[in-house]
Amino acid sequence: MYPADCQYTKDHEWIKVTGDAGQVGITDYAQKQLGDVVYLDLPQVGRTLKVGESFGTVESVKAVSELYSPVAGVVKAVNSALAEKPERVNSDPHASWMIEVTLASPGDLDALMSAEQYSDLVK
Amino acid sequence: MVPFAGWDMPVEYSGLSQEHLAVRTRAGLFDVTHMGQVELAGKDAVAAVQWISSNDAARLKIGQAHYSGLTTPAGTFVDDMLVYRFGEDHFLLVINASNVEKDVAWIAEQTRRFDVAAVDTSARYALIALQGPLARQVMQRLSNVDLAAIKYYWFAHGEIAGVRGTLSRTGYTGEDGYEVFVPPQQAVRVWDAILDAGRDEDVIPAGLGARDTLRLEAAMRLYGNDIDDTTTVLDADLEWIIGWNKGEFLGRQALADQKARGVARRIVGFEMKDRAIARHGYPVIIDGAEAGRVTSGTQTPFLKKAIGMAYVPAARAVPGMEFDVEIRGRLARATIVPLPFYKRPRG
Repeated sequence: MYPADCQYTKDHEWIKVTGDAGQVGITDYAQKQLGDVVYLDLPQVGRTLKVGESFGTVESVKAVSELYSPVAGVVKAVNSALAEKPERVNSDPHASWMIEVTLASPGDLDALMSAEQYSDLVK
Repeated sequence: MVPFAGWDMPVEYSGLSQEHLAVRTRAGLFDVTHMGQVELAGKDAVAAVQWISSNDAARLKIGQAHYSGLTTPAGTFVDDMLVYRFGEDHFLLVINASNVEKDVAWIAEQTRRFDVAAVDTSARYALIALQGPLARQVMQRLSNVDLAAIKYYWFAHGEIAGVRGTLSRTGYTGEDGYEVFVPPQQAVRVWDAILDAGRDEDVIPAGLGARDTLRLEAAMRLYGNDIDDTTTVLDADLEWIIGWNKGEFLGRQALADQKARGVARRIVGFEMKDRAIARHGYPVIIDGAEAGRVTSGTQTPFLKKAIGMAYVPAARAVPGMEFDVEIRGRLARATIVPLPFYKRPRG
């Protein structure tokens, strides 16, 4: 269910690391809790993020929720196409990356959960 | 499930948006048992209801209901309610769950000088609402009462799924539909029977979330959001529930004074021009300063727009005029539009 090539936070973000950068999105569990996503508010490229810092918001009919960065680093890319089609967060959450972050310290990843651990958390 | 006024309430069953759309296009079933009931009976029942309620209860025929305000001497809301005339001298008020204790105390105090008994009968009724264009055809399969003969905002006593109850053509969604009062012990049976009867029409249960987005599209006020004890009936643009010709009632003088003076602020409907949802409590900004507050706001699943209601200065409460809403530190543009946002097609 949860892709094994990603790592997960207790706030229900995933990060998929390739080289020195990782794409970040929210999990299937998170999108189900939110319901129909209608807006995404994402940061500018170049912004510096700390671990756990809010990098934007995701808004559904029900509520608005903060998005938290799983790692420290600099925003390398923003998925502005997703912001135009936010419903994709519901239909395909694990392919819907929101930002790509250049990792400041790869050690941050050690604190994250594996797919298996995350599955246990939300079960 | 969320705690709500002492009840555990489902925000959604299968999903807010699809529940909302089911009600607009087919029918959705709501458990609104949490709503409170107060009954007033006795020789002075009409006079007592006339005193505490802003609308003119003397105009209700037996079997008829209307929307009204339970008003303070300042013309603001202790609560809003539906007033049902059960008999010549017998009324049922349907009030908000979160206000039951407060309302019961208020009504007892305000009706003390009348020959009337005011009783909290909330525990005697479960309230189940089937709402949507197919509500009547589904419900008719379960009742010997001719539902088409019940006019909008009228009710009848009769059987539903073999259970004795009161069938009322009312609701809080902007759709046609029925609310049925049945004994709590029989509620599950009635609930299941309606879902069974509506299987072919794909009738589904709908939760608090859809109830809120549906009522907002229909511009029905929500106590605690759009109206409360700081907003007058006129502020809330509900003059139609003031019985000006019925004589004295709580708040009459204050409302008459306010009408003569002109309201300083008024509730309006708005649509967002910018991509954002303005929610309850967000500041309305006009000419760089806070000029009011958003009272309700959402993205509506049916109209697919971000809409809401807000109080703005009366001079600015004009359709077509614009204002900003401060949303998490940023300003987003909104345009005032006429209410309601949604009106059902009448056939």
